[in-house]
Amino acid sequence: MVTLGPFLKRELRLLARQKADWLNPVLFFLIVLSLFPLGVGPEPNLLRIIAPGVIWIAALLSVLLAAERLFKDDYRNGVVEQLVASRQPLLAFVLAKLLANWLSTGLPLVLLSPLVALLLNVDMASFIAMVLTLLLGTPLLSLLSVLGAALTVSADKGGILLALLILPLYIPLLIFASAAMEAASMALPYHGQLAVMLAMLLFALALVPVAVTSALKINVS
Amino acid sequence: MFKWLHPYAKPETVYHLCGRLMPWLMGAALLLLLLGNIWGLAFTPPDYQQGDSYRIIHLHVPAAIMSMGTYSAMAIAAFIALVWQVKVAQWSVLAIAPIGAVYTAIALITGMAWGKPMWGTWWVWDARLTSELILLFLYLGVIALSGAFSDRQTGAKVASLLAVVGVINLPIIHFSVEWWNTLHQGASITKFAKPSIDPSMLWPLLISILAFKILMLALLCVRLRTAILVNEQHRPWVKAMAGD
Repeated sequence: MVTLGPFLKRELRLLARQKADWLNPVLFFLIVLSLFPLGVGPEPNLLRIIAPGVIWIAALLSVLLAAERLFKDDYRNGVVEQLVASRQPLLAFVLAKLLANWLSTGLPLVLLSPLVALLLNVDMASFIAMVLTLLLGTPLLSLLSVLGAALTVSADKGGILLALLILPLYIPLLIFASAAMEAASMALPYHGQLAVMLAMLLFALALVPVAVTSALKINVS
Repeated sequence: MFKWLHPYAKPETVYHLCGRLMPWLMGAALLLLLLGNIWGLAFTPPDYQQGDSYRIIHLHVPAAIMSMGTYSAMAIAAFIALVWQVKVAQWSVLAIAPIGAVYTAIALITGMAWGKPMWGTWWVWDARLTSELILLFLYLGVIALSGAFSDRQTGAKVASLLAVVGVINLPIIHFSVEWWNTLHQGASITKFAKPSIDPSMLWPLLISILAFKILMLALLCVRLRTAILVNEQHRPWVKAMAGD
């Protein structure tokens, strides 16, 4: 874990220099959200009903948008190859990627959630549920998208393939997250859904980094 | 045990083994398929509630069970391919995937045809149905991923990795009817204690399940033989067989 620091510093510096990489998905998230009132009509009650699903689908799509470029540059300029060849543990690089990915795509969504709540006319109880589900769910989204990006890094048609691979894996998360928000809007307890999301997150946190390192090794060899 | 298993990692041995087994497996599969389906479709009593329309069970349940069984076979092959780098295991992953995808599609389509008269709808977003649909997407993902790389071997390895990751979906499908109380009914024959299905309906169903299982093995033999030939086309033993 000694090596995590420099890797993380490098990732954050790269993000600070290439602002489009993380700003565009966030803007995309807001634009998709603002399309829904235009598409289905600005009826406040209707918006409140569809809000859980809409917020989560927009979050999935914006994370997916950022995922494609995760390993592309590092693969093209040989960083991944050097890391696989070197004695540095690849796991530290993967964890730094994960953390940087969540900080740049997951965290902005959590920070933007008050604005989203205003836009879609979400009440207070659902808003708290939305923040909690986003806090638990976005790290899981980052884990899955890092996995997808690592699998397809050297593929010829990476972009669309990544969406096909990762979106089905997002489905369980989508089901529980919107179920929690739905329950909250009806003033029902939603601890169960949150517990399942936490369990999925911990399970993925234990196994996904290992799968990502072996996927990177396969792609380099 | 490994010493005994080792010769089977050699593509040539597997090719000939598959060639020997294939006619027997195919014959047994067709015989059992005919027996199970004719018995099930024509000679079992109608259900007291569902009438004759329950008979689609003889296609739906075997296809659904084998869609998961095939996935576990694929995942085991993928695990062997990744850990011990056995080439034949790698090719079998790609050979199994389309078979499993078709079984899953059959399970989904027959399920829809059964759902229409019984539940009054072709499709509901029930936990069992959704997770089975994800299974279909996983199969298609494995197939698509294996074809997306210019290097065939990298594609096969990456697809194997996805197959192993996707195993997480199998317990979700199996327990979905217990964890979420939804429209799809619970298990009626995999209970160890006492099946909640009448023996007169159970026997043809078990025969059909066995038939689907053997059919999978037979198709795997055919596809694996082709895969071995394609991948080993420059080896001396293939050339000698082709008469070059």
